[in-house]
Formats: sequence, C-alpha cells, structure tokens
Amino acid sequence: MNEIQLLTWVRGDGLDYAVGIFLLGVIWRLFEIYSLGRKKDLSASRSVAGASGWHTIFRRSLPPAGMVKKSPVSYIGGYTFHIGLAIVVFLFAPHILLIQSLTGLSWPGLPSQFIDLAAVVTMAAMVVVLADRINKPVKRYLSTFGDWFTWTVTFLPVLTGWMAVQHLLLPYTTMLALHILSVEVLLVVLPFTKLFHAFTLFGSRWYNGTVNGHKGVAV
Amino acid sequence: MSASLEKGVRVLKEVIDAPIASYFSSCVHCGLCAEACLFYTETGDPKYTPIHKLEPMRRLYEQEYTLLGRLKKMVGLSKPVTDAELGEWQELVYNSCTLCGRCSAVCPVGNDIVYMVRKFREGMSASGNAPDGIKGAANRTITIGSPMGVKLPAVKAQMKHVEEDYGIPIPLDAEGTEYMVMLSSMEIINFPEYLGAIAKIMKQAGKTWTLCSTAFEATNAGMQIGNSDLARVIVSRIVEGAEKLKVKTVISPECGHAYTALRWEGANLVGRPFTFQVKHIIEVLGEFQEQGLLKTEGFETDKLTFHDPCQLARRGGVIEPQRKLMKMVAQNFVEMPDAGYMNWCCGGGGGASAIEEGEELRLEAFKKKKSQLDAVKPDRLVTACANCRIVLEEGLEHYQMDIPVIGLTEMIAEHIPDQTQSEGA
Repeated sequence: MNEIQLLTWVRGDGLDYAVGIFLLGVIWRLFEIYSLGRKKDLSASRSVAGASGWHTIFRRSLPPAGMVKKSPVSYIGGYTFHIGLAIVVFLFAPHILLIQSLTGLSWPGLPSQFIDLAAVVTMAAMVVVLADRINKPVKRYLSTFGDWFTWTVTFLPVLTGWMAVQHLLLPYTTMLALHILSVEVLLVVLPFTKLFHAFTLFGSRWYNGTVNGHKGVAV
Repeated sequence: MSASLEKGVRVLKEVIDAPIASYFSSCVHCGLCAEACLFYTETGDPKYTPIHKLEPMRRLYEQEYTLLGRLKKMVGLSKPVTDAELGEWQELVYNSCTLCGRCSAVCPVGNDIVYMVRKFREGMSASGNAPDGIKGAANRTITIGSPMGVKLPAVKAQMKHVEEDYGIPIPLDAEGTEYMVMLSSMEIINFPEYLGAIAKIMKQAGKTWTLCSTAFEATNAGMQIGNSDLARVIVSRIVEGAEKLKVKTVISPECGHAYTALRWEGANLVGRPFTFQVKHIIEVLGEFQEQGLLKTEGFETDKLTFHDPCQLARRGGVIEPQRKLMKMVAQNFVEMPDAGYMNWCCGGGGGASAIEEGEELRLEAFKKKKSQLDAVKPDRLVTACANCRIVLEEGLEHYQMDIPVIGLTEMIAEHIPDQTQSEGA
C-alpha cells in the first residue's frame, strides 16, 4: 500500500469503520452504564436553591476555592489542553468541511495561523500534564497503562495534524494519512478507555448534584 | 473463593448502580481527590488517595458490568478480587476514610467518591473485612441497645440526675408529643449536660417532648460498618418508637452520623418514607431562634470558633443555623479557614474513632485540624457532634493544645435564664 492508497483507505473505509465503532461503542457504553439504574431515595428531601444535578454539571467546570493553588498544573494545564483541543478540532476550516460533508452542519472557522498556535499550545500543555503525571507521586501512583495509552492516542492526532500542515518530516500526503489514521484510532478507543469521561462526566456530575441536592447540599 | 468472599462479591455486585458505573467510567486519574483528603495531605502517602480506596470495587465493576471487562475476564486477563486484597484494603476503606465527603466536593468530573466508599463497605462487611472495633460497636448496639453498652437503667439514672440538677421533669414514653429526643451513648456517659440543656430549651420554647424507653440510642454502627441489615434493625427501633408514641419530629442528637443514618438513610433502610420528620438538634434550635422561642441573655466573651461536623454540614446541608446560634451567645466568634461546607474532618468520623489500630493515623491526620486551629488561636472550640468532640479532645491533648471543646446546645442552654416567662407546656 502506498501513501495514496493509505490516504484513500483512511478517508473511505477506515473512516466508516472508525465512526461506526465509535458510535456503536458510545451507545453501548452509555447503555451498559446507565441501564444499571438506581434506587429511589425514600428520605424526605430538602430543597435549596442551587442544589441540583444541573447546577453541578456547570459548577464542576470551575475549580473549587483553593484547589488551583494545590494543583496548578492539573487545572491550568487541564483547561489549556481541553480548550486547545476543542479549538483545533472544531474551529479548523478543513475539519469543519469534513463535519459538513458528514452531517451537513457548518460554522465559521478561525484563521489557520491561530489554529497553528492553538495546536502548539495544546501540545505544550499536554507535555506538561504528562510530566506532572510522571513527577507527582499521587498521579504516578494512580497511573496505569491506560493513562499513558490514552495520552498518546490523544496527542498523536494533534501532532500529526500540525506536522502535516507545517509540511514537517514526511510528505504532506503521508502525514495527512497518518493524521486521519491517528484520529480513527482515537475514535475507536474512546468509548472503551478513560477518554469516555467526555460523555460520562455529565452523568456523574448530575448524579452527584442530584443525590446531594436531595439533602439540600449544593455540591 | 471462600464463602465469605463469595458473599462479599455478591453484595458488591448488588450495590453497584448507575451512579457508581458512571463515576468509575469518568475517573481520569487526576488525583485531585487526594488534595481534599486529610489522610493524604497529612501523610503524603499516595495510597490514601480517595479513588484508590475503591480499586477492588472498580475492578469488580469492570469485570462484571462492562463488555470489555467481561471479555478480559473470559480470557483470563483480569485480576480477580481476593480475600487477601480486601483484607489489605480494610485500612483504606475504614481507618483512613471518615466518609467526610471532601473528595466528592472537589472531583472535577463530579464523582461522589464517598457514596462509593459507603457502598464498598457493604461488600467489605459482608466478606468479613470490617474492623473489629466497629463490628463490636455494631454488635453491642444490636444485642444491648447501644454501642457503648448503655442500657435503659443508665438512661433513667441520667434522667433522675438531670431532673434533680435542673428541677425540670424529663418525660419518658409520653405519647403525642411534638418531639422525640434521641441521645448518643457518648452523651449519656460523657456529656450529661446535653439532656439538661434540652430540658431547659424545650421548657423555654413551650414545646412538648419525650424520650423513648425502646429507642433512646441514635447512633448507628451498622451504617458505619456498612451492614445495611444491622443498620435497618437499629433504625427500625427508632421508627417503631416514634410511631408508637405518635411524635411529629424525631430529634437527632449532637452526632453527625446518627443524623445521616436517621435523616437520609433511615427511610431507605426500612423501605418506606417516615411518618414523622427527622431534624438535627441544631436545626431545631435554629427554628426556635427564628420563631423567637429561644431567648438567651449574656454573651461568651472569649474567642470561640466552630467545628462543623461533616455529616451535619457538607453531607447534611446544615451550615447556617449553627453560625446564627453562635452569634446569639458569642461576642468573639471567629471562623477557621475552610469552615462551613469545606471544613476538615476531625479525623474520627464514619466509625474511624472506634478503630483502635487506626489511632496513630488518626492523630497524624489531626494535624490538619491543628493547622486550622493554629490559624485562629481560639480560647475554646464549639461543635455539635459528641464523636467529633471526643476525637477533638484526644487530638488536642496529644498535641498539648489547651483548648476546651464544648457542645453548642449546652452552650446555648447556659444562656437561657433559669426562670423563664414562658413556662413549658
């Protein structure tokens, strides 16, 4: 298989398989988690303003008082690479064209220089959070193969995408094919690794907020 | 697999629900929960990271309830949960977790970690891996009636003393009263002034109340150990007592977990909503204060601070009433850093104070409380939980800090004039 054939495959069958596994995986995982259900709480509830699942979904996007100081890399690095990823994925013009071809939805993108900068900042933040995972005793202690693996499959699409645009190391066609392939790997593993928090964190926050909101505690 | 492990695994499979599945699926191993746990912050040992305390349950969840986990189990790629492992986890699930809930308050993906620890304890207890200290307390509550072995005659003796000292009759088994007052063994044995305080406060407020001869003990070691069957037996006594006496409200004493056991877990344990209300004494005092039924005179002039019991504040939603009550009788009330919703645990909640072998760790963790106290240097420390009070006193003595600890209810009662105009009903 040469680079043209590879590019054709990743743009055709490869993409179909990856998106298919991703969608089925997401649906299956959501079903497997939330179909477990939970028992009705029979205690008398206490209602307090601001204490609900929906409040917690939003509130937990902000760091609790004093926590940034305790773990600045987690918060600053975390915000930077999440926001950076969102910008690169959803506001780069070629990505929007792809999404439009798949779904028909479209929106304005950002200039490519800005996307370049965002990609570099995202990668830098990811390297910093990786270093923190290696250096910080708690993070190192908690880390498993899954943590290193998911970091890698998240990092590679950004790296290969940026390198393709910058025409670095490999011919554009080859790098583009590798970029799309790395995204497909990411899509395939997302439902079955900790990356699935992208979906479940809403449910988790909602449960926490609801269970504690029942007690009149705004968590 | 031993019979006890089999039972433990079966119970764990039963308690794993959608919230737990969602929480395990959301964890990104960021470790922020460690920063919220006093057992980690004071020891620096990463094994005390809250989410790590659930590792055996997480693996069981994965192996039993996820497609990939089941596949891994089928081809022998997953590590089964063993007796030895659960035994090793006892220290993490009980000694070094007071169910304080600070981890649940900071987790960025929203995991309610303490919710999971509470459920994990069900499996630990069923597999015979609960600590002897809490097991003993639970068994004494079931067989004798209280974790400290207190029986009705001791309560009656206490009632008699209080009646003599305060000149106020203490009703027992009076039907149709507004309030049924619960006690904790700690109050019966160590802090008798609590009952006297209640008598004075109720008399001034003009409220009817009673103790119940078949349900005077509010604490629930069954819940702490994680055995819902025992917890149900203990709660049922209170429910039966309250229904027999047809009271409107049951008052949980100055005890954090008793409040949680009765107010939030009770109805779920007995499987039906209560026919009466449950309130912590601080909530009741807060209501009396708002309704103008609580009249005090004079002020404490020394510097006082308030330690929020976790189960009352963060896990129970009662945060403001105690502050208003403090201000009613204290001129110099100062707040510790992190006071209120994010207050740090005394280190002995959730049954931890009953675990003898956990004492060294508990005292190490107490350094957090010490640092909070060092920041405001109070003359006295006020709280609203008899267990916190004992744990605080032990910690303060260990670190040679001369700060007396008092209960808020008794402090309020000391400011109630002896002869009040509104004579009790």
